[in-house]
Formats: sequence, C-alpha cells, structure tokens
Amino acid sequence: MIAEAGLAALWFAAALALLQLALTAFGLAGGKSDLLGAVRPVAVAQGVLTAIAFIALIALFLRSDMSVLLVSTNSHSAKPWLYKFAGTWGNHEGSMLLWVTVMGLAGAAVALFERALRRDTHMATLGGQAAISLGFYAFLLFASNPFARVTPAPQDGQGLNPLLQDPGLAFHPPTLYLGYVGLSVAFSFAIGALLTRNVDASFARAMRPWVLAAWVLLTLGITAGSYWAYYELGWGGWWFWDPVENASLMPWLAATALLHSVTVLATRDSLRAWTVMLAVVAFSMSMVGTFLVRSGILTSVHAFAVDPSRGTFILVLLAFYIGGALALFGWRVGAVREGAQFQMVSRETMLVINNLLLTVILGVVLIGTLYPLMTEAFGHKVSVGPPYFDRVAGPIALTLMLAMAVGPLMRWRRDQAGVVARRIAVPAAIGLVALVTLALTVGRTIGVLPFAGLVIAAGVGVASLAPLWKRNLLRTPLFTWGMVIAHLGCAVSVAGMAADSAFTQEKLVAARPGDRIDAAGWTIVFDRILPIAGDNWTALQADMTVSRGGGTPVAIHPQSRFFTTPPTTTTEAALLTRWNGQLYIVLGQEADQGRWQLRIWWKPFVTFIWLGGALIALGGVLALIGRERRGWQHKWRGRRVEA
Amino acid sequence: MKRLMIWLPLALFLGALVLFAGRLMQPDDHLVVSKLVGKPLPVFTLPPAASDRAGLTSAQLATGKPRLLNIFASWCVPCAAEAPQLMALKQAGVEIDAIAIRDARPDVDAFLSRWGNPYTRIGLDARSGVQIALGSSGVPETFVIDGQGHIAHQHIGDIREDDVPKLLALLERAK
Amino acid sequence: MMRILAFLALLLAVPVHAQTALPPALYADRQIADPALEKKASELMATIRCLTCQSQSIADSNASMAGDMRSEIRQRIMAGESPEHIRGWLIERYGDWVSYQPTAAPILWPLWAAPLLLLALGAFLMRGRLKRGEKR
Repeated sequence: MIAEAGLAALWFAAALALLQLALTAFGLAGGKSDLLGAVRPVAVAQGVLTAIAFIALIALFLRSDMSVLLVSTNSHSAKPWLYKFAGTWGNHEGSMLLWVTVMGLAGAAVALFERALRRDTHMATLGGQAAISLGFYAFLLFASNPFARVTPAPQDGQGLNPLLQDPGLAFHPPTLYLGYVGLSVAFSFAIGALLTRNVDASFARAMRPWVLAAWVLLTLGITAGSYWAYYELGWGGWWFWDPVENASLMPWLAATALLHSVTVLATRDSLRAWTVMLAVVAFSMSMVGTFLVRSGILTSVHAFAVDPSRGTFILVLLAFYIGGALALFGWRVGAVREGAQFQMVSRETMLVINNLLLTVILGVVLIGTLYPLMTEAFGHKVSVGPPYFDRVAGPIALTLMLAMAVGPLMRWRRDQAGVVARRIAVPAAIGLVALVTLALTVGRTIGVLPFAGLVIAAGVGVASLAPLWKRNLLRTPLFTWGMVIAHLGCAVSVAGMAADSAFTQEKLVAARPGDRIDAAGWTIVFDRILPIAGDNWTALQADMTVSRGGGTPVAIHPQSRFFTTPPTTTTEAALLTRWNGQLYIVLGQEADQGRWQLRIWWKPFVTFIWLGGALIALGGVLALIGRERRGWQHKWRGRRVEA
Repeated sequence: MKRLMIWLPLALFLGALVLFAGRLMQPDDHLVVSKLVGKPLPVFTLPPAASDRAGLTSAQLATGKPRLLNIFASWCVPCAAEAPQLMALKQAGVEIDAIAIRDARPDVDAFLSRWGNPYTRIGLDARSGVQIALGSSGVPETFVIDGQGHIAHQHIGDIREDDVPKLLALLERAK
Repeated sequence: MMRILAFLALLLAVPVHAQTALPPALYADRQIADPALEKKASELMATIRCLTCQSQSIADSNASMAGDMRSEIRQRIMAGESPEHIRGWLIERYGDWVSYQPTAAPILWPLWAAPLLLLALGAFLMRGRLKRGEKR
C-alpha cells in the first residue's frame, strides 16, 4: 500500500510539473497572464508530493518490506536501523528519488520564498525548474522505478553492500545531492533570465542566496566524502583524482566561480553574460557528473550501479537540457550587454582573475577526466591520474590563493596600487617569514608544491583576516565575517594538504604480537591479535597501545573485517587524532610465521584539510544569513517608512 | 569573434556528447593488451614448475615452429576451465609451453593430474617477474609465438571452444 | 551483470579473488632500508596503475600482482635503476595506460597544452573587461 501511494505521489508530482510548465509557457508566451497565479501553488504541491514519495520509500526500508524489489535487493531485516534508513539512498533508484525530491523541494522553496525577482522572470524560472524536473521524473518512472513490487516476496533481503554500512552514508550523499541539485535553481534562474531578457544586478541579488546555499551543501558533501574515503579506504589518501571525485569537484568549482561573479554582477552590474554562463555550467557539471558515474563509461574505484541503458537515458536528458540551455544562451545573450569595464587595480579585477583561474582549473579537471575517452577513440589507452592533476591544478590553485589574499583588501571600482601594497605588507611579511623558516629547516627535502603551499597558506591565512583589521568586530557585517572565515578555511585546508604531502611518514612492518615498533616518534606496542564478532561481520582485531615521548599510552584497535554476503574483506583503520596530526594504522594480511603486515602513518596536520572545508562551509552559512538578514531589515524599514 | 565565443560552449558540448554516445555504444573492454605483440620475447630462464616437466627458457620458444605459451596458475579457476581446450589444441598437434604464476610445485602437480597436462615444458614464475616482462596482466593468458620467437598474438582470458580454431589459424599464419 | 549496487561507495574492500596462497614477494610490503631510495620507489609506485584492480595505483592495491610489481620496482631501484627508466620499461610492456602520470607521447601533447590554452583564452576574454592605460 505504501509503495503504491509513493508511486502515485510521484506520478501526480510529474503531472503537476507538466502543468507548471504549461502554465508558465502559456502565461508568459501566450499572454494569458492570469494563468500565472496558479504556478506557485502548483510548484509547492509538487514539492510536497515528491517529499511524500521519498518518505514512503524510507518507510518501506525501515519496515523492511521485502515485497518491494528495491528493498529486497538492497536491505536486510537484521540491519541496524540507521543503515535501513540511509540504505534508502544507498542504491540507484533511491538516490534518483532523492534527486527529484530535492529538485521538487527546491522548486517549492523558490515558489514560496523568492521575493526579489521580477515576476515574469520568477515565473520563467519556475517553468525552467518544472522542465528539468519532468525529465528526471521520466527517468525515475520509466527507467528506475523505486516502488516496483516483486512476487513472490523473498523471505529476506540480500542486504546492503557491507561497504556502505557506515555513518558516512547517512550524511555524505544527501548533502552532496542537495548541493548538486540545488544548483538546478541557479540553472533555472539563468533560463528564466534569458527568456525574459532580465539579466541585471537585481537578478544577481535574487540568485545569490540560492547559489550560496547550494555551494555550502556541496562543500560539506565533498568534505565529508573526502574524510569518509580517507578513513575507510585504508590507503591514507584523502583525494585520488578519481573520475567520481572529479565529478563532484567540477560543480563545486563552477559554483565557487559563480558565487564570486554573481557578486560582481550584484555590485557593479557587470559580467552579465558570463554569470549566466556559469549558472548554466554549474548544474550542467552536476548532470555530466551523474552521467559519468551512472553510465560506467569511466572506470572508478567508487563502485556504482552501472547500467549502459540508463546511461543512454541520462545522455538524452543531458543533450536536451544542457544543449537547450547553451542554444538559448547563444540565441539570447547577444542582446545582453556585458556592462561596465573595470579599472585595472580594483576588487572586480581580482574577482575576474578568480573566475578565470577557477574556470581554468575546471577546464583542466574536465579535460583530464575525459582525455582517456578521447584517446581511446583513436585506439590508444592512456591514464590521467594524480601526477597530472597535482602538477597542473596545484600551481593554478596556489595562484588563485594569492588573488584571494589581495582581492578582499581592494576597493570596488578603483584603488591605488601603493595603498593596496601597504595593506598586504603584514601578510606578505608573514609569508616571507614562513618561507625563510621552511627553507632553513626542511629546505629541499620537501617538494616544490607542498613548500609553496605552506608558505602561501601562512601568508593567505593572515591576509584573509586582514579585512577585519581596525574594524569594530561587532559591527562588521555578517557577510564580511562569512567571507573572512571561508577564505581562512581555504588557507587552513591548503596548509593541511601541504603538510600531509610534505611531512607524512610511512612505515611498513611485519610484526608479531608482543613486538614494539618505533615509527615517527610514536612507540607502538602490538599486544595481541584476536577474532571478534560484530553485527553482520567477524573481524581480526589487533590490540595495540601507542604512546609518544613518554606520554600516556592509548589503546587502539585496527581491524580486518570479513563479510560473507557478498564475500568481502575490509580494513578498518585505527585513527588516533592529536592536535598536530593523526596516527593511522592499518592491519594487513598475515605475512609469515605469525607476523602481521602493518601499515603505519603519522600525518602531521592532516585534519586541517577537513577543518578548512568545514570553515569554508561555515563562512558560506554566515554570508547567507548576513545577506538575508540585511534583505529583511531593508524590507522592514521600507515598510515602516511607508506606514 | 564575439559570435564565435557565444557558440563555442555549445559546440564543445556537442563534441562531448558524441564522445559519450560513442563510448556508450562501445563500452570499455578493460583489457590491457601487451605492447610486445609483434616483438621478440623477452629473455628469461625459469626453473621447472612441475615434477615431470622441464623448466622453460625463452630460447626454447624460438625453434622455427610456431607454438603456444600459456600463462596459468593452479589457484586460478578459469585456468582449470580452459584445460579441455588446451588438450584439444595439443591433440591437433600444437606444441604448448607454459608459465605457472605465483605457484608451488606440489600445487601445480595436483592441478595437472586433475585437469590434464598438455604442456611440453612448464616454467615457474614465482614472483610474476616474467609475466610482467611479457606485458601480461593476469591469468590465464595465451601467447602465440612464431618460429623466430616473436610474439604473434595475445589471447586474454580463458580459451573457449570457439577460440580453438581461431588459435589454430593464427598458428598457421605465424609459420 | 553486476547487481551489487553501491552508492558513492568507496570500493573499500578487495573482493576475495582466487589468489595465490604464496606469501607476498620479498619487497612487496617491505621498505628499502635507505629512506631516499624508498622515497623514490614509493613515489613511482603511487603512479603505476594496478593491472588487476584497474582504478588503484599499485601502492594502494592488495592484489598479489600489485605486490609483485612493488617488489620488482623496489629491487630495481636498489639495483640503481632510475624511476623514469622503470616507468619506461613498464610502458614498453603495458602501454601508456600503466602510468597515471601522462607521458610526453604525441597523443598526450594536447593534454599538457590544455592548461596553457585555457589560460590564454581566459586572458583574451578578460582583456575586454579592463580599461587600459587610463590613469587619473
């Protein structure tokens, strides 16, 4: 019954999306503007229906209703409730339902809360949102129905892939999806603005909070995913430049560029066509990423349900939406004036440089990811991996950091180079001190890129705080705080990446219980190894006590886990976090004569990577609250004056 | 110029679309083909892997007559599955030598007594060194070696029944 | 058809392949005593693609063939061979595919040129936005 209700809700939602599209089309193009009054309620109803469908699927998973095919193939009644719940989106159909639910809710939010946009543009935006949703409803209903029944219902389910049974599953995919799909709002805004020829500063101010919100969620999703991969894979790495990771990075890069260009458009009424382009690109990258991941055309370490026929369906959606949007852009944007030109020394110039560099990184990641496909069309197999991306994206990203240090210290419109130089003097001096200190201490033992990363992180970290200099901190607007914290987060993150790559120490040993191992200043006593049993796994667990410099010993327990359905072995690394780094121990295979292979890392300041990510997201949240609050204050004051 | 820039994104996207569609129609085979096909065998000398067969050196593979070099292992299931096909090739008069990968003599003996022994010589490659030198990426694989000791063809994966005539034809061509 | 569905799941685990019962090769999981040589070897291993689990480097893979390749690389490094020479030796056998670090083969020239071309294109587009030589 619940399954049928969920399916019915989906069909109704799809019908409403069609209605929403028709209403906006006839209302705007056919001149029947009285139809437009119905658009917003329809959008809200559509959002509610998708939420009902999603809740229905969650209920089916929680109740372990094995007569539903999706539940029986992906769940098991004996699973902890958290994984039953999170397992809802731990599969293709469920995650696509999450996708349309986010899309429906985002559309409802735009209908309910968007007040700043011109009415016709608002309606065209909702029309655009409905048009995109329709394609994904079709995909769900015709090619990935999550509510299909199976007869006879099996006794019990096949279980969730044990690899996914981690709290990370509850957090990482939903935030990432909220971000991915949240960018569809910016996409629809761009479509709406192009259709109604309304690209200006007020449009940018209206779009900004939506972009910010999606960007914050995307940042959180990527940060969480990176940490999940880091502790689960047991390789000690936090980013592999794998196609699936690149697929999540590309929308983020586009959204970050968009976030900055939309500010230029809002403040100076310039970069109109460019901002619209970025809004189209950001969501396009989300869709391309989904296609790359689901179609299986690229090999990845991240296992996904791969199905070429579904790939074809998504490809058609891509052709339709991205192709359509880019064609609309080409057709309409000729009439959009790009706006005022800039003085060389001004904040807008720095923001343009930001956009330029972010777009180049995006281009490099995209080309690098697709390059093996291109060469294979010529019968030549190649691999493009971390060495390429690090070498190419690394220096560009560090240059971008420099622009990030200087940009916020410049005035809009025009500034004087000498004055800017004075403002940047202290951070530059800090950077110089870091440079000299590093050169004298570690010198040439670390690579050029990590070296530059540490120096730049030091300088930029200080520079990012400089906008607060000599200001009354209580009266500093919240969105300025947001910018400062997000930029500081970038510096913190880069410091973590550089420290990890420069100073990580690795030790491989084959040890027997009773052995003492010295690694990177730590003393590790391998006490014993013993089998233990968990919920649906058994494991070999190593009990160890570790201490540093005569400090209190701490017990840690790396494991090697065995699952039977399907037969898999996973490593559960033991992580010990200290303020200045993490000790990371992996229990490997039995080597010989009762000795066990251990992989031990000491990773100085590695946690800064994700701490920085969290700061970036926090900065985004503060900026969002700050902007919205100011908007409400203005409105409230305006109303009071009128009264 | 400006017009060109405006339509450039669409043009690039259409290019990518063609690329994606092409790949969907012709998915990745995930095979890593040895680049040594058409080139001489690397020089190697391997100790015997089985009690009743001699070891293998690269020189023994260049005898003027084309032959097969089978890469197998006693722990590999597809290797047992292709055993009847290797026997059929042997019965057709093909000379087959083998390299056992990461194996031990008792295991190889047991494997051969269970699934049959079509091999003239079997070298033991305990650390995959020769396998890597050959550009082979897994077990089982079968190389067609011509009379001069050049690699004429690499068959990746187990030999199925319909592969037998193909391999015979390749051996004929390698003469 | 693979029906093991996984969502953004990291393939954290090695499927239990039929793998040999032999212990790993001597230098598969043993570091070279000289840290400088070990650094050379591990940097190279991180950029060589595993042949059995095709999305990992041999440094991260638990496959036995990856272990053999690690041992081979460490032993060659100890014998004084340069990392780039070993990479070249592997590419001769497995093609450019085996190296995560793209080579300088002509088919990869556009890949290396891409960042420069993109920067040039970006600078060209940006030029139109800036007022030139106007000082007040």
